[in-house]
Amino acid sequence: MIAELGLAVLWMAAALAVLQLFAGVVALRPGGAAMTGLVRPLAVMQGALVAVSFASLITLFLETDLSVKLVAENSHSMKPVIFKLAGTWGNHEGSMLLWITIMAVSGGIVALVEKRLREDTLIATLAGQAFVSLGFYAFLLLSSNPFERLPEPAPEGAGLNPLLQDIGLAFHPPTLYVGYVGLSVAFSFAIGALVTRDVGPAFARAMRPWVLGAWIFLTVGITAGSYWAYYTLGWGGWWFWDPVENASLMPWLAATALLHSASVLASRNALRAWTVMLGVIAFSMSMIGTFLVRSGILTSVHAFAVDPERGSFILALLAIYIGGALALFGLRASTVTEGERFSLFSREASLVFNNVMLCGTLGIVLLGTLYPLLTEAFGTKVSVGPPYFNPVSAIFVLPMMAVMCVGPLLRWRKDKPGRITATVAIPALLFALVLLAVVVFAPAIRVLPMLGIAIGAGLAVGSWLPLRGRNLRRTPLSVYGMVVAHFGIGVALLGAASESAFSTERLAAMNVGDTQTVGPITIKLLNIEPVAGPNWTALEATVSAAYKDGAPVTLHPQARTFSSPPGERTESALHTRWNGQLYAVLGNEGEDGRWQMRFWWKPFVPLLWLGGLLVALGGVLSLIGRVAHDVKRLRAEGKIAWRKTRMEQVK
Amino acid sequence: MSEPEPKRSRIAIWLPLALFGAFFALVIWGLVRPADREVASAFIGKPLPQFALDAATDGQPGLSTADFKVGKPKLLNVFASWCVPCAIESPQLDALAKQGVEIDGVAIRDRKEDVARFLATNGNPFQRIGKDDLSEVQLGIGSSGVPETFVIDGKGVIRYQHLGEIRPEDMDLILRKLQEAGQ
Repeated sequence: MIAELGLAVLWMAAALAVLQLFAGVVALRPGGAAMTGLVRPLAVMQGALVAVSFASLITLFLETDLSVKLVAENSHSMKPVIFKLAGTWGNHEGSMLLWITIMAVSGGIVALVEKRLREDTLIATLAGQAFVSLGFYAFLLLSSNPFERLPEPAPEGAGLNPLLQDIGLAFHPPTLYVGYVGLSVAFSFAIGALVTRDVGPAFARAMRPWVLGAWIFLTVGITAGSYWAYYTLGWGGWWFWDPVENASLMPWLAATALLHSASVLASRNALRAWTVMLGVIAFSMSMIGTFLVRSGILTSVHAFAVDPERGSFILALLAIYIGGALALFGLRASTVTEGERFSLFSREASLVFNNVMLCGTLGIVLLGTLYPLLTEAFGTKVSVGPPYFNPVSAIFVLPMMAVMCVGPLLRWRKDKPGRITATVAIPALLFALVLLAVVVFAPAIRVLPMLGIAIGAGLAVGSWLPLRGRNLRRTPLSVYGMVVAHFGIGVALLGAASESAFSTERLAAMNVGDTQTVGPITIKLLNIEPVAGPNWTALEATVSAAYKDGAPVTLHPQARTFSSPPGERTESALHTRWNGQLYAVLGNEGEDGRWQMRFWWKPFVPLLWLGGLLVALGGVLSLIGRVAHDVKRLRAEGKIAWRKTRMEQVK
Repeated sequence: MSEPEPKRSRIAIWLPLALFGAFFALVIWGLVRPADREVASAFIGKPLPQFALDAATDGQPGLSTADFKVGKPKLLNVFASWCVPCAIESPQLDALAKQGVEIDGVAIRDRKEDVARFLATNGNPFQRIGKDDLSEVQLGIGSSGVPETFVIDGKGVIRYQHLGEIRPEDMDLILRKLQEAGQ
């Protein structure tokens, strides 16, 4: 019954999206004003219906209704509740329903709260949102129905991939999805603004909170995903330049660029065409990323996700939406005027530099991701990995981070270099000193980590300089947000560079009672015994680890075996200190009865994820600041309007 | 704004669409490219690395590089008892063995009793099975998952790599690759 309800409301929501598009298009034509009032309520209703549909699917998973095909294929009655819930989106159909849910609900929210934009631009935006949603409704309803019933209920579910039975990963995909799909709102705003030729500060201000919100989710999602890969894959690495990872990084890069150029447009009415363009690109990157991952076009080695039919469907959607939006851009961009001018030495110029560098990084990541496919088209098969990505992205990223110390100090429009020389000297001097110290004390490390440490240190300090000379209590929250986010980037860079420069590794075959050292840590293998969890069994090692002469702590790395479906996973054990992290992995038992164990000592590596979270926190502060500001202004405007009517009544 | 607007470069405006067009053409090609690719791996055409693996199960010998330099093409199947697709492909491997194809196996990160149980349940098409606990051989021949099947010619050179399980519709392809390797 619940499955039928879910499917029925999904169809109804799709029908409302058709109406919303139709009403929007008619309303924008001469003489169509009668339709104008329909668009907003339709968008709200559509959002509500899809939310009901998604809630139905969650209910089916929580109840483990095995008569539903999707539940039977992806869940199991013995699974802990939290993973039953995560099972809802841990599969193709469920994740597409989540996608459309986020899209429709955000469309509904735009319809409810957006008051600043010109009414015709908003109607065009909502019609655009409906148009984009329709493709995904079609995808879901025609080729990936999540509510399909089995002719006979299955006796038991097939379970969830063991790699996915992890609390971090349970919430990692939906976090990224909110980010990906949140960018669809920016895309629709860009379409709306292009259609009505209304590219200006109001458009940027309306779009900005959505970009900021999506960007926060992407930041958290990428940080969490990187940490998840670090501790579950058991390889000790944190970023592999895997196509799936790149697929999440590219929208983030585009959204970061968009965030900054939207600020320029909102405050200075400059960079109009560029901002609209990025609005289109950011969501396009989300769709391209999803396509690359889902179609299996790049990850053909791991053949379980490959489904050419689905790949072709998403590709058709890409052609319609991205191709259509870029064509619209081509047709309209020449009528979008340039906007205000600015000098080469100004905050606008530094933001343009940042944008170019971010887009450059985006370009090389996209190229590197597609390169194997590209060369294969010409007959050779290559794989592209860290040797390409690390140095080439550094060419763009490191200069950008240097400019990050300077840009926020500059004035809008035009500034004099002499005004900020003394201030910039602080991070510049720190950079030089740290670089010198690294060259003297650790000459063996490679150039990139060396530069990374120096620039990271400079940025971690330089990011606070915009607060210098300001009244701290009257500084807007969004400025604090910027400072914290830039500080986070510096901190993350320090963590990454330190990890790559100073990590030590030890691979050892150990008997119970043996002792090993890795970096400053002494490790003793105390015991190995089997343990059991709800749907897995494991061999668990008990290891004591002591930092220098300090008191030992106990760690429990595991090798887990899952029962439904069968699979294995290492559960690494981590010991975090203020100055680094010990990473321990239990391997297999050797022929001679000794255990393969692997240890890493990674100085300052936690800074990497701490930095990522700080970046997200900066985003949150900015978002709160911006929204609070908007609410205040709306209230003030409301009060003025109310007083005016009062006055007239009194008269 | 009364002053005339500067003319924008028409080409720059259409550049994103052109790039997207190129991307689109590339992935269309990627989706429709023939499944049977001539060059599937960088390891094709390379000799097997030197290895000598212990037996993965009692009653069957282990596996070394020398076992492939016997003048006759063989299949090398990378599998594991904990891998579900490996059980799915076992009827196809049995059928190949019945047709006289010699198949050697490498069991990845496995235990002797588990391998024995797996073979008892799913049939045993293998002549020799090596035990690869650290995935050394697996990585050495460019395999990144289980199951994978390699066609090795009589001189110990890798001729073909099949990713994923061998399905009934892949049988002809495997036999053809064996035949080509024998020529």
